[in-house]
Amino acid sequence: MKLKGAEILLQSLKQEGVDTIFGYPGGTVLPIYDALYDSDIRHILVRHEQGAAHAADAYARVTGKTGVCIATSGPGATNLVTGIATANMDSIPMVCFTGQVASPLIGRDAFQEADITGITMPITKHNYVLERTEDVARIVKEAFYIASTNRPGPVVVDLPKDLMEKEIDYDPYNSEINLRGYRVMKGCNYGQVVLAAGIINKSERPVIYAGGGVIASDAAEELKELAEKRKIPVTTTLMGMSAFPGTNYLSLGMLGMHGTRYANYAIGECDLLIAVGVRFDDRVTGKIAEFAPHARIIHIDIDAAEIGKNVDVHIPIVGEVKEVLQAINKRIETVEEFGEWHQTIDRWKGEYPLRYGTSSEGRIMPQHVIEKISDLTQGEAIITTEVGQNQMWAAHYYKFKNPRSFVTSGGLGTMGFGLPAAIGAKIACPDRPVIDIAGDGSIQMNIQELGTAIAYKIPVIICILNNQYLGMVRQWQSLFYGGRFSYTDISNQPDFVKLAEAYGAVGMRVKTTQEVDGALREALKVTDRPVVIDFWVDRMADVYPMVAPGESLLNMLGEE
Amino acid sequence: MKKHTLAVTVENKPGVLTRVATLFRRRGYNIDSLAVGETENPSVSRMTIDVTGDDKIIEQVSKQLYKLVDVIKVVDITEERLVTRELILIKVKADPSVRSEIVQLVEIFRARIVDIGKNTLIVEATGDAGKMEAIEDSLKPFGILELVRTGKIAIVRGPQNS
Ligand SMILES: Cc1ncc(C[n+]2csc(CCOP(=O)(O)OP(=O)(O)O)c2C)c(N)n1
Ligand SMILES: [Mg+2]
Repeated sequence: MKLKGAEILLQSLKQEGVDTIFGYPGGTVLPIYDALYDSDIRHILVRHEQGAAHAADAYARVTGKTGVCIATSGPGATNLVTGIATANMDSIPMVCFTGQVASPLIGRDAFQEADITGITMPITKHNYVLERTEDVARIVKEAFYIASTNRPGPVVVDLPKDLMEKEIDYDPYNSEINLRGYRVMKGCNYGQVVLAAGIINKSERPVIYAGGGVIASDAAEELKELAEKRKIPVTTTLMGMSAFPGTNYLSLGMLGMHGTRYANYAIGECDLLIAVGVRFDDRVTGKIAEFAPHARIIHIDIDAAEIGKNVDVHIPIVGEVKEVLQAINKRIETVEEFGEWHQTIDRWKGEYPLRYGTSSEGRIMPQHVIEKISDLTQGEAIITTEVGQNQMWAAHYYKFKNPRSFVTSGGLGTMGFGLPAAIGAKIACPDRPVIDIAGDGSIQMNIQELGTAIAYKIPVIICILNNQYLGMVRQWQSLFYGGRFSYTDISNQPDFVKLAEAYGAVGMRVKTTQEVDGALREALKVTDRPVVIDFWVDRMADVYPMVAPGESLLNMLGEE
Repeated sequence: MKKHTLAVTVENKPGVLTRVATLFRRRGYNIDSLAVGETENPSVSRMTIDVTGDDKIIEQVSKQLYKLVDVIKVVDITEERLVTRELILIKVKADPSVRSEIVQLVEIFRARIVDIGKNTLIVEATGDAGKMEAIEDSLKPFGILELVRTGKIAIVRGPQNS
């Protein structure tokens, strides 16, 4: 069968089970777009390539499948970069195709040439430049294999235009993966599992510290089994947020810089820390020498390089989290009773709950908005966030019931992530409510994606917690720079209601606490277009508790 | 802190050296010496990398290297019985009056003279790092005009009869 490179590309994508790709056309990807014209793969035309990357990323986060995006060479490819770095930091499986100038022109500074392979080398799991049309099928197969196995991550495939035009004889059954330097991790060290189970059975004050690896490995069930069998309190990282139900008695919420007091106290007091699918990030550990000082640490992760990277651990177990937890669960004894440890934690929870005051300006408290969203959607929505205070409040006050429901840029902290992510998530899960909890600053970084949501009639809800500040930065200026609010006041802003309406979306403004509930109910009824709700929240509300960077987790700021 | 020698087997493909170099730069590991070339199998290259660090750092380096898809194998051969070699080329000032003196020195080191110019000689030597330094030191007084050296390459000795 004679096929063009571009046609082989699309056939290969179909073989990988791809049904949706997010992209933006341009000169060097014309052959691919021409092939897409006849393809039954759905292409979502975004308004900025960064949006395509975030949407594909979110599509992957909520489905567990590999997200796919495409951009033209040069500026199209460089516009993907932030999205690629975001996916890389959060270990999200994604394959990004970029156009490239025709092979004879590469290296000559041709029009719209950028060395995207060189640029993305440090922010991808792997990347490719296609050299022969004959390699298309193999490279696509390898790219998806690499992106989705072991610790997932983004893979970039750069496609010179001439090689996409070229016709060759194509045999669909003849593409073998050829990766001797890449082996998929199977099983784990069962000696270590036995040791771990033994320690778990004996510990008196255990805590589970669960992260994104639990979600990546689809191991929320196994995590719950471990926690409930042994009655072990569970704290999660931002990335692990929806891996354990926020309403479960054993839930401690988030730990770390903006962790709950009880989670951070529990870390300080525990005698055993079971770290599952985590990487001991500095935002989590605070001062590393004082992190979990009394605990023996079991560290379970698929990535051997994470073991011992930031902290020394007593029992490392390298393996797929799901498999390892299953093996451990088989070897632990069930405890029936809650004990002293739970009483201690109950006392902390009673004394130091997450709480917030009232607005001295008579405005809405942002935390209240999240609580309302959580109640109205019964913890079953998909929540995407922007970055800043909005993100932390979402993590604090939304009580997630299901894994793969919290879509947030954890590692890179990318403002502008939430709206395109909401679009990608809604396309993947059209039957679930999808809500972007946004800041007034962040939303302006990819606001153009309202155009995408309108074009495809995507009913996502964008809740702007409008404090007219780059709030999180303003908070740090309050705390550490003597209240000198250098360039963080963004009160000079568009009328978000009119802006929404200009796009064809529903726009609402909510200025009082009484209106919050009604506005949200109304928004949840809209089925054919996006809704933007501009909540005027307290301008000076801060995110507490807070641990200053580099401090011990026990040194939390904010009223007790 | 100690100098380690890593034998890294990689795909013989464009860009692999950049991937390895990028990794070292990004993670802040310092390469003391790096040599790379094709092996007996033309699809595979071998890098010999000298890197200084404590055991933890070296463990991280090797784990991070393993994560590169194009890296096939990483072995820390520091503690092995090794044959190590470096090649050095030195262009040294050599007026007729001192030539014979230089020639004698070169013989002592079992090095070779590979070019004779009007007032210069080029000396080629191979050996381990210690020998390279010794040669350099002894030629210095004559005036070294140019000096180039390859990185170190190393290979583990075969087992001996016992
Ligand atoms: C692309 C990008 N630029 C800058 C920052 C630094 N930053 C972190 S939070 C923040 C403020 C965000 O403001 P807003 O979206 O209004 O959220 P708020 O904190 O007010 O809820 C900034 C500027 C970032 N995280 N990402
Ligand atoms: Mg703000």
